[in-house]
Amino acid sequence: MLDDQAIRRALMRIAHEIVETTADPARLYLVAIPNGGVPLGRVLVENLASLTGQDVPLGILDTTLYRDDLSIRGSRPRLRRTEMPSSVDGRVVVLVEDVVNTGRTIRAGMDALMDFGRPSHVRVVALVDRGHRELPIKIDYVGKNIPTQPGDKVVFRAARLDAGTPLAAAAEVGEMQIVVRGGGAS
Amino acid sequence: MARVLIRGGRVLDPSLDLDDTLDLLIEDGRIAGLGRGLSDDGAEVVDAAGAWVAPGFVDAHAHLREPGQEYKEDLASGGNAAVAGGFTQVACMANTDPVNDDPSVTMYILDRAEKDSPARIRPIAAATRGLKGQVMTEMMALREAGAVAFSDDGATIMDAGVMRRVLQYSKLAGAPVIVHAEDCHLRGAGVVNEGPVSTRLGLPGNPCVAEEVLVARDLRLAAITGAHLHVAHVSTAGAVALIRRAREEGVRVTAEATPHHLTLTDEATTGYDTSTRVAPPLRSARDVDALRQGLAEGVIDVIATDHAPHASYEKEVEFTEAPPGMLGLETALAVVLELVREVRLTPLELIRRLSTNPARLLGLEGGSLAVGASADVVLVDPERVWTYDPSLGFSKSRNSPWAGATLTGRVAATFVAGRLVYQYERGVSLR
Amino acid sequence: MIGRDILGIEDLSRDDIELILETAERMQEIGNREVKKVPTLRGRTLINLFFEPSTRTQTSFEIAGKRLAADVVNFSVSGSSVTKRETLLDTAKTLDAMDPDAVVVRHKVAGVPHRLAEVLEAPVINAGDGAHEHPSQALLDMLTVKEQKGRIEGLTVTIVGDIAHSRVARSNIYGFTRLGAEVRVAGPPTMLPSAIESLGVKAYTNLREAIEGADVVMALRIQMERLEGACFPSVREYAATFGLDREKLRFAKEDAIVMHPGPVNRGVELAHELADHRPSVILDQVRNGVALRMALLYLVAGRPPKGAPREGAR
Repeated sequence: MLDDQAIRRALMRIAHEIVETTADPARLYLVAIPNGGVPLGRVLVENLASLTGQDVPLGILDTTLYRDDLSIRGSRPRLRRTEMPSSVDGRVVVLVEDVVNTGRTIRAGMDALMDFGRPSHVRVVALVDRGHRELPIKIDYVGKNIPTQPGDKVVFRAARLDAGTPLAAAAEVGEMQIVVRGGGAS
Repeated sequence: MARVLIRGGRVLDPSLDLDDTLDLLIEDGRIAGLGRGLSDDGAEVVDAAGAWVAPGFVDAHAHLREPGQEYKEDLASGGNAAVAGGFTQVACMANTDPVNDDPSVTMYILDRAEKDSPARIRPIAAATRGLKGQVMTEMMALREAGAVAFSDDGATIMDAGVMRRVLQYSKLAGAPVIVHAEDCHLRGAGVVNEGPVSTRLGLPGNPCVAEEVLVARDLRLAAITGAHLHVAHVSTAGAVALIRRAREEGVRVTAEATPHHLTLTDEATTGYDTSTRVAPPLRSARDVDALRQGLAEGVIDVIATDHAPHASYEKEVEFTEAPPGMLGLETALAVVLELVREVRLTPLELIRRLSTNPARLLGLEGGSLAVGASADVVLVDPERVWTYDPSLGFSKSRNSPWAGATLTGRVAATFVAGRLVYQYERGVSLR
Repeated sequence: MIGRDILGIEDLSRDDIELILETAERMQEIGNREVKKVPTLRGRTLINLFFEPSTRTQTSFEIAGKRLAADVVNFSVSGSSVTKRETLLDTAKTLDAMDPDAVVVRHKVAGVPHRLAEVLEAPVINAGDGAHEHPSQALLDMLTVKEQKGRIEGLTVTIVGDIAHSRVARSNIYGFTRLGAEVRVAGPPTMLPSAIESLGVKAYTNLREAIEGADVVMALRIQMERLEGACFPSVREYAATFGLDREKLRFAKEDAIVMHPGPVNRGVELAHELADHRPSVILDQVRNGVALRMALLYLVAGRPPKGAPREGAR
């Protein structure tokens, strides 16, 4: 659906959009939502560095403990790593997510973010926007809108991506692709 | 019911070494005939085809709690539980409140039992006053009042000098001394068998040696006094070996094992079920095997229940705080039938250990179906499958690890002095 | 694992333990935040039911519950059910009527959490029962070793002291052996249960042999008041024979760490100089205790939604 090249092109375009819409790029702070957001965040950080000449910090924020469905599930999801290198006070925080659908993860991500300080702005990147929003969440930077049925599965795959790999250790991002598996279309 | 003919059952009478399909005639409370094709003239007939017909069982060790702890059991409930389990005679331990250390208590028990209990109650009197292990009881007077043996049971006499004199004096009274062999210092706070299970459960262990030290001591004392020592609820392989050797040396010793020590191991305690807390504790598989071997050989002469009722609220506490003991009267037969199915014992030898031997041990009439004997008779359906529900039983208490268990074999009917005192299914066995 | 009782490490599989440790590692980060609280268990009630006082364990569970936004209620009971004339069943039913989402139980008698768990709808977490188990302590010990050594498999762990009366020893024996470590126990013969090797450990009465080549040396607290004169002749003799100091520790691996479940009898189980600094990791243990207990609460607190099968071994 989206191959590695397409994804990289989309991420470069998004990096340009972020720079264009941010008054002071020095205040940018990318926060990736694992697992899919992490490799995307890494590529975006590289893109931003090449565009602005500045190192943009990249944090990882697991939103699991902020989910709104914990009390109605039969089991608790596995936790993923959170690494926030510095305070988000006064920063322009860009949440990076691979696929946005209902908006519930972004809601959880914003709540989690507030426990790390008071950002001046919060913006959202989604590589894919499926559009079945259940909460009033707006995506600021979209890689590709992919209309799907609610039952479909949209999966982002990145080689050499491991949920447990610390950010510093994930030196390179391998091949990336987005795949849609049908279900609700019929 | 002056005449009852029990027709066509498998008659098992260890006193006559008899195992044959015969008719049994009861007349005026006594056995009037034993043979084939007996006339049913004027008799009520019980069809016993497929059943065992045996002399009533004799329990040499039960706690019937009256007087003093009637909320756990009394002579009526205990006596009814007994006959439901095939026991026509029950020897009840002295740890009542007040303690049965005085002829007046012995007579009280017998008096109440006469009125309330369908089973014959045979009090065991304390060996020392107040079960304190110091001053001997008036054994002659107690014997006169009806006591059949002397025991401080769980309050083991730790002073060997006292135990020696108790044994010496018991010869005068002509009754055995029953010992709960457990050195309280070696036991300490132990509540489960010391071994892998106690280590895993983190509960204080009670080592086999606590029993064996006392068994060894009392066997020596029995040897030098010539008194009759009866070892209650043997639980360890070492104790079986000690008793076997003493027997060979001619010491006057008899010994009993309980249905639970013969069939359950300490693994039964894994879930911290307080109904498995007994004294002595359930032991290892090796000990259970040695007990079965000893029972088969006759080193252990008697199966006794150590029926020990406790109120449910007394057992619904911390494992270490729960009083030791479990029910036994209503499940004993079904539980020990396992030994027959495993071919460790013939039915005749099983009945010998449930009936003839304990009667002899306590100097009681019973344990025999010989013509002229009192008609204490039990009918057993060895194949009957049933589920034990203590709340539907006769005992006032429910502390049994077999609660809810499916058991095979049960008492179909019990007669005491020719009178039908229990039947499992009303009218079914009588016609 | 929602609704599952945590009664002992004996009941936990290797996968269970690894999931708990991994979850605890994730929880550690929350303790470093400025706002040390997440909304995960908001509106849920945790009851700390302590029949035996234990300020440390109770506080650790309380902080863990509060960091997950649960309402934590401490319920202390003194005396046995016999002296109170209230059975354990009564206690359990009373608590259940208050609809807790998890009950943490500490009792001086082994097996009490098991009995309560049979009645309580909410999951029961054993916070130490007699000489049986103390699963959260062993899990935090494993978490600490994993953090310090990077692994557990293949390590040699020596537990020194009163093995017979120690729930910490039993839980650690199950846990470390299940994760592939070699566990040794050492102590005076009067404090080593005769059947201890049936748990898959090697028992030593010679301390030097026991810690030879060990990666982890764990000292247990000695109950001096209760055992002096009974299980060992005197505190002085115990300290001289089984107390750990730098001299005795020479026989362990050079990078060996020293652990203790606390509180330390200084100069008895551990020489004063060992209690505070490397190689001792006692404060790491305490810190990890909160994260570990957060992990347990996260995984089990709550009642399974209607219709969902209840997991767990009983």
